[in-house]
Amino acid sequence: MNWVLVPQAVVTGILNGGVIGLIALGVVMIYKSSEIFNFSQGHLLTLGVFLTWWFAGAKETGDELFNLPLVFAVLAAFIIAALIGFIIERVALRPMAGQPLLSIILMTLGLAQLLEGVINLTFGVQPRSNFPAPFPATESFKIPFSLAFNETIFLRKTLVATFIVAMLGTALLILFFRFTRTGLAMRATAEDHELARSIGISVPRVFGLSWAIAGIVAAAGGVLLAMQIGASPTLSTVVLVAFPAILLGGLESLPGAIIGGIAVGLAQGLVGASSLVVIRNSAAIAPYVLLLIIMFIRPEGLFGQKRIERI
Amino acid sequence: MDNAVYLSVENVNLAFGGTQALIDVSFNVSEGELLAIIGPNGAGKTSMLNCINSFYRPDKGRIIFKGHDLTRLSSHRVAPLGIARTFQNIALYTGMSVLENLMAARHVHMNHGMIAGALYFGRAQKEEVENRIVVEEIIDFLEIEHIRKAIVGALPYGLRKRVELGRALALEPKLLLLDEPMAGMNLEEKEDMARFILDIHELQGTTILLIEHDMGLVMDIAERVIVLDFGLKIAEGTPDEIKNNPTVIQAYLGEEFGASPPDVVSQ
Amino acid sequence: MAVLRPAGDFDRSYQQDMSFLRKPWHWVALFFSIGVVATSPYWGTPTIITTANRIGYWIIAVQGLNILTGYTGQISLGQAAFMLVGGYVSALSVTHLGVSTFLALPIAALGAGLVGLIFGLPSLRVKGFYLAMATLAAQFIIPWMTRYTFTDYLGGSDGIIPAPAPHIGDYVFNEPARYLHITLGALIITTFLAANISRSRLGRAFVAIRDNDLAAELLGVNLFGYKLRAFFIAAMYAGIAGALRAHSDQSIGTELGYDLIESILLLGMLVIGGLGTNLGPFLGASFVILLEEFSGFVGRNVAMMMPAEMTPRLLTSFRPIFFGLMLMIFLIFEPRGLAHRWQLFKAAWRLRPFSH
Ligand SMILES: Nc1ncnc2c1ncn2[C@@H]1O[C@H](COP(=O)(O)OP(=O)(O)OP(=O)(O)O)[C@@H](O)[C@H]1O
Ligand SMILES: [Mg+2]
Repeated sequence: MNWVLVPQAVVTGILNGGVIGLIALGVVMIYKSSEIFNFSQGHLLTLGVFLTWWFAGAKETGDELFNLPLVFAVLAAFIIAALIGFIIERVALRPMAGQPLLSIILMTLGLAQLLEGVINLTFGVQPRSNFPAPFPATESFKIPFSLAFNETIFLRKTLVATFIVAMLGTALLILFFRFTRTGLAMRATAEDHELARSIGISVPRVFGLSWAIAGIVAAAGGVLLAMQIGASPTLSTVVLVAFPAILLGGLESLPGAIIGGIAVGLAQGLVGASSLVVIRNSAAIAPYVLLLIIMFIRPEGLFGQKRIERI
Repeated sequence: MDNAVYLSVENVNLAFGGTQALIDVSFNVSEGELLAIIGPNGAGKTSMLNCINSFYRPDKGRIIFKGHDLTRLSSHRVAPLGIARTFQNIALYTGMSVLENLMAARHVHMNHGMIAGALYFGRAQKEEVENRIVVEEIIDFLEIEHIRKAIVGALPYGLRKRVELGRALALEPKLLLLDEPMAGMNLEEKEDMARFILDIHELQGTTILLIEHDMGLVMDIAERVIVLDFGLKIAEGTPDEIKNNPTVIQAYLGEEFGASPPDVVSQ
Repeated sequence: MAVLRPAGDFDRSYQQDMSFLRKPWHWVALFFSIGVVATSPYWGTPTIITTANRIGYWIIAVQGLNILTGYTGQISLGQAAFMLVGGYVSALSVTHLGVSTFLALPIAALGAGLVGLIFGLPSLRVKGFYLAMATLAAQFIIPWMTRYTFTDYLGGSDGIIPAPAPHIGDYVFNEPARYLHITLGALIITTFLAANISRSRLGRAFVAIRDNDLAAELLGVNLFGYKLRAFFIAAMYAGIAGALRAHSDQSIGTELGYDLIESILLLGMLVIGGLGTNLGPFLGASFVILLEEFSGFVGRNVAMMMPAEMTPRLLTSFRPIFFGLMLMIFLIFEPRGLAHRWQLFKAAWRLRPFSH
């Protein structure tokens, strides 16, 4: 371990984890309402990124459709992402009701492939580094800290802003589920479909809605991610680290997703501070190794509930 | 009847979070006996069978079968001792045919391993044929020859119950655990099922532990009855004794959703 | 579908009832199809031969996945990674141990099988979706190992090491027209073994776990033991497929197409072909490989008609679109796959001309 690098790694790791958590949240939301694990979330995210990029305009390339300010571009992307989420649920997932787990997993994997092709076709395959961001990616706050490298911890402004927005988004979602009528209906559906139906909740509407919201959450996470690493079709694979975060948290817990995300960010940060090259190269698999360890210690995840099976 | 204790349940306690499913339940089963467990919904009957199967691990207590403490075994080690089971909510292998379901239950009676099976030579093929003969006999006994190659998922409910009994029999059990084998059947199907159970009991001398809600049937076929209520064993005795036991009558009459309390008395 | 056999068509013994090739014409059909493929170097075009060879080893990988996912019901998102293991083990056995490729194939199977066992261990604690995640972990961890560990042997992060073409004496199997016979031979063996597994004690235990794991356990099936066996066999098949592919390409490397997308492709082949059937892997792998060829053809032709800057996106988008769409269409309209279609077709044919 390179100890002087650890403080920076911890801080960056946690900040990165916020976005991973937000991305994980989108998957957990769908899972909670409909028990579908959406493997295409990464591609929804990439789609959201490119839509934003499209609306906001890429000044150098002339590929832009509109030259909207970032905020409006994001809003426009949200609307379309929600719509796409809604349509996906209606067209692809609804016919799958009652099918075995494998079929449903494969459906979202097939969907991911389809979206990948569509993204490649419409936006091209080359990465775009000119994603609009409120601050230049290099600006940072400098915090003096005696144990850190050069006695300073650097906080990149985009990263801090990203983390704050991710946390705000999460809080907003949790409040939505606690206090709004729709949110409560969605929670009731998550608990028990039959019961929800019997008290007059339209279960299909809730499914559609949760996919629409998941589309927005994905786009939001994607935009935050793209502000740091640019827009590219490979964003969908960057997102693969969000999957272990979900299981670490326990698959059905919203706060669990965030904590899982932070755990993943932290694990990735810490391996980066290692003095061994091999370990430093393991940022992409660190979350999965962590996941395997947790599976043996606490198979239901950190916040999941242990269920005793019945027969 | 042989009075030797065959299965002995000793002070079994089981809780799920706050609910006590079984409280200090003890009873014995003699070899060759047909014992029924009755009790209102949620009384802990299925949980009792699950403990015998070592599917649930009691918080306290022992279950001894032929010298083995079942509570210490992994669940898959119980069947080879000769304990077979049917389930309250049919748990067949839905994608297999009737024949395959029964053959699958011959698992514990077959020995050939992975390589022999993959080559399908010598021992493997011989065992397949031998076991197939046993299974065909059971199919004949249960009168399900006509559906032997049908996929069980597509069969009507009553037949599936019967196939499930067949699957349990294919294990050639010493002790047969039947969880509501006649639930949801019409009268004719019930009579068939009761006839099969009695035949198994009388012709093969199999010890049977039966859970059943239909009082009339229980009183007709069981030799001894145990009553559970809220996890407690509240009575034990011959059908006649149980019919007239005031605690039992109380338990059934006091039970809001009790399905057939009057039967207890009128039969 | 034996139910639909015409009257008067009986089996005279259990043995006969239990065999796959019940009629003389079954044998004729079998030898005829083997003969057609085996002689294809004499009548086929190079494209046909190359494609047939490719389909061959993909079928083997799907057969393995079929045992794990189709029969045992455990979803695996890591089958391609086990192919990678097989490819490396085989190539290294030939180049460093000096063994013949024909011996290297079973060694590769064993090596991949053992790695498969390790990644099957989580099945002790988790199942269903969580287990699928553990296999996804395999799909990331194994390529990471081949990229960053033992770089001297494995070639490093984008390194490629040679996998020599097999030879018997002076006859070198260094072109598809020759190599096809090795693939075909391996395929015949793997099919024979897979078919036997599916109809014997092991196969029934697998399907029991898939259809009702808890009941299977209470009826004496050791869940963990049998799941591990399924993981082992599936990875062995992947190992053979990977080794065949490596020696056919004469090279093996992490970046040569053993990624998550290939694992997904394998699952897609299985579903499109028909889960839990012996015919499924043949139909599914052929269908998907041909679909890929077709996507490539469409992409190239559209690209020629469009401006040059469109070329990269056209070449990369048809494959995922066609595959994704096909998979979705099958899942919605024919979740039992092509094998089921074939059964229906056969049943209708038998009852002709009174099929309604
Ligand atoms: N796996 C489990 N997790 C939580 N609670 C359980 C579980 N299994 C049983 N219980 C509880 O234990 C109690 C006894 O259940 P059990 O299924 O044994 O009753 P039963 O007598 O078989 O009822 P029924 O006639 O409805 O089948 C019930 O309160 C039930 O809710
Ligand atoms: Mg019960």
